[in-house]
Amino acid sequence: VCRETTVESSMKRDNKPNCPVLVPSVILHSRYRELAPHLVPLDYTNNPDIRVPLALIVAMPELKENPFRDRIVETFSEDGHGNLSFNDFVDMFSALCETSPRELKTIYAFKIYDFNRDSFICKEDLRKTLNKLTKGDLTPEEVTLVCDKSIEEADLDGDSKLSFSDFENMISKAPDFLSNFHVRI
Amino acid sequence: ASPVARDSSFPSSGEMAALKEEVEEKKKLIATLRNKPWRMKRRLTLLKEAQDFVEKFEGALGKGKGRKLFAFKVMMAKKLIKLKRDFENFKTACIPWEGKIKDVESHFGSSVASYFIFLRWMYGLNMVLLGLMFGLVVVPEVLMGLPYGSIPRKTVPREEQATAMDYSTLTDFEGYFKYSILFYGYYNNERQIGLLKFRLPLSYLLVGVGIFGYSLMVVIRTMARNANEGGDGGDEGDFTFSWKMFTSWDYLIGNPETADNKYASITTSFKESIVDEQMNQKDENIHLRRFLRVLANVLILCSLGGSGYLIYYVVKRSQVFANMNKDDLTWMEKNEVEFVMSLLGLVCPPLFEAIAELEDYHPRIALKWQLGRIFALFLGNLYTFLFALFDEVNAKLESEKDIKNATILALNEYAANYSSYYNTTNVPPQNVHPADVIRGPCWETAVGKEFVKLTVSDIQVTYLTILVGDFLRAVIVRFLNYCWCWDLEAGFPSYGEFDISGNVLGLIFNQGMIWMGAFYAPGLVGLNILRLLSSMYYQTWAVMCTNVPHERVFKASGSNNFYMGLLLLVLFLSLLPVVYTIMTLSPSFDCGPFSGQEKMYDVVMETIDQDLPAFIGNIFVYATNPGLIMPAVLLMVLALYYLNAVSKGYQQANIDLKKKMQMAREEEKNRRNNKDSTNQVMKDLEDLLPNKSLIPPPAEEDRSPKVKPGAAGKGVHLQRDVSLAAPNPRDPVTRDPGPRRGPPENARGPQPGQD
Repeated sequence: VCRETTVESSMKRDNKPNCPVLVPSVILHSRYRELAPHLVPLDYTNNPDIRVPLALIVAMPELKENPFRDRIVETFSEDGHGNLSFNDFVDMFSALCETSPRELKTIYAFKIYDFNRDSFICKEDLRKTLNKLTKGDLTPEEVTLVCDKSIEEADLDGDSKLSFSDFENMISKAPDFLSNFHVRI
Repeated sequence: ASPVARDSSFPSSGEMAALKEEVEEKKKLIATLRNKPWRMKRRLTLLKEAQDFVEKFEGALGKGKGRKLFAFKVMMAKKLIKLKRDFENFKTACIPWEGKIKDVESHFGSSVASYFIFLRWMYGLNMVLLGLMFGLVVVPEVLMGLPYGSIPRKTVPREEQATAMDYSTLTDFEGYFKYSILFYGYYNNERQIGLLKFRLPLSYLLVGVGIFGYSLMVVIRTMARNANEGGDGGDEGDFTFSWKMFTSWDYLIGNPETADNKYASITTSFKESIVDEQMNQKDENIHLRRFLRVLANVLILCSLGGSGYLIYYVVKRSQVFANMNKDDLTWMEKNEVEFVMSLLGLVCPPLFEAIAELEDYHPRIALKWQLGRIFALFLGNLYTFLFALFDEVNAKLESEKDIKNATILALNEYAANYSSYYNTTNVPPQNVHPADVIRGPCWETAVGKEFVKLTVSDIQVTYLTILVGDFLRAVIVRFLNYCWCWDLEAGFPSYGEFDISGNVLGLIFNQGMIWMGAFYAPGLVGLNILRLLSSMYYQTWAVMCTNVPHERVFKASGSNNFYMGLLLLVLFLSLLPVVYTIMTLSPSFDCGPFSGQEKMYDVVMETIDQDLPAFIGNIFVYATNPGLIMPAVLLMVLALYYLNAVSKGYQQANIDLKKKMQMAREEEKNRRNNKDSTNQVMKDLEDLLPNKSLIPPPAEEDRSPKVKPGAAGKGVHLQRDVSLAAPNPRDPVTRDPGPRRGPPENARGPQPGQD
């Protein structure tokens, strides 16, 4: 799906076969429709304004085991509550796909981990991330220690929260980021 | 506002230039649209706008000045782009086993899947080798060479014909298999064969060398690609907790059991780091630890030496057996060598792991030691095997001399008899059936046979291990659990985990054997392809059916290039024996494409002398002149030295830049915290200075918060709605407020020293 496909007949747009933008393909559309067949029409010619609610999207097999699935879907939704239109759906999978560029993934990773959406990853965001990752198995002191250490490691401007440039600087050196932050559909 | 081209007049050159620029800009936008983090809707509207604009004005630009040519060029460019994209799509669709690997990935995580990706890569490499070998050597011989039975080397000898089709003979690669395209001995030494005048001996030699060349190129290219992508393996210790926080979850996991395991391993990993962080260096009994480590290494060296000796002994015995009658030998004695080698490969690694318990290393370091030891084991075994084989080869070369003499003697006798019987001097050639001719021992085929047998037994052992060690074990655990006293699934045997490093090393060494043996047994490459293909299906089935995800997800950092590095080493080591034999040993006199030559590379000399124009021969003569070679070698050494120096210079520059960044970062931090400076030296210096107020304010350049070290550079636009923390005073307050002055000439504040 991450291939640059030409326009498929199910999405009738102008006949511009040379656009390198990720134009939706049949596979994505059928997956999207699977989530809510009664809601999503087969024919997208008129660009209907349909949104599939959060609860249905996080039930997808690719996402259902992911601790951050709610945040992922919220990040890509326009209304911020996780209701994805087809465009958002395509956006999501193309940003998370294997060939998506590193910068793009970094931006979206930052947005996902920023729980309170204030453009900073503060201690509270870190705490939430950690609790989701360990399912609450660590003691509160251990949680505090880990959050403090993370901020200490990555924070460059000394405001005890991570701005985007701090995050980007830290993530750019991580060896596992690209291979772990990817969803295959 | 873009200038509109009117039909009646055409736009001035200035307008044209501006128009062209805008069109270029829009084109660039279209190309990079994918990388922008915008909503789909916005992207699509912008795309439509840009495309409309480009289409409208691209044609217009061509107006009046070779418009047709311009339009044609544009159309061709578009078609080319489309063609390229279709080709890329096609290439992606052709990648095999994508679905299978995705399955494995979602159940077992990316580290197990990396083995299967490596396997697939190997398969691709071997396909190319197969193409080379079969296309340029085997197929020409089959199509254009002499058929089976026409000359002695292609016929089963009379005494063997009775048993040539027996199963036991065939599994030993004797009989019909020995005299087939599988082995070196089948190929004829005619200089040119068939209508196309195909030069088979030359092709054989060049393909043999070309296999190594191609493999080398591919391995190095993959290593370079991995090194680029892996991020500049920077300071590992710097971001331990942040990386664990943000990059430890594997988004590919889709299976609840794997997810549970992942949660557990992440928690354990955090706890480990926390303990590491809190721990003081306990002063354990260093002497005991050192002693134990030395002891462990001694034990392991002993076992390595022991295994090497065992192999040597067994190969020597097999030479003795080879001279005895085949029927007197048991199966065990016939296949002793392969059996022993496989056994060692199975038994020693767990033994090494057990001994390594003494050493008490950090697990990642222990893993590296383990891999190193297994590597040494395999290497030692392989090379001992090779040395023993060489003894055999030399023995065969000796016996060949005798047979040669015997053949010449027989021929002379026949000529003498004939001329004395018929009283003529004109002796017609001896009319002997190919099956009856006296044969030389043909050492190359013997060597090739050994490699083929080794590969086959390796395959058998691997498959058997999976069947028994994984499948049978899983069946027992699953079904016997109902009537067993303790819980088999949680307790002793339980289900197996997939041994990534063992399997990868096995794959690497298998490839090493193929590389070594391909020159003597062209069919070996085909055998390997079959093996890789069946391995892929068999192992993916076994993994999904009988294995459980790892409890402790362990990754040796940067392991991708580690395995590639091993492969490169193995490639190099398997190159050596082949090159040695080509250069020094003389080929058999009656089998193979080089029979009759002094040395194998004489074929190349012959071709240069006879087939190529005279001046190329001269070039080669000049090129091999020592007076030319020595300066060339010297030049290469100098180039190496220069590149090394340059690379060291870059590394030093890197370190300096990092230090600078570190200092800038600390200065920022402490400036915000209103300290004077962090650097101890500076602090001391400040204390020494008599009057603090004379300290000039820090230079403006250090301070610009717009570009933080390592900050996001081009192309990243994040909307900042909320500004940073409340702005701090620009300078540390170190002076009493001075008298007012007029408007400052430069905005940089009071001049230093003028207080």
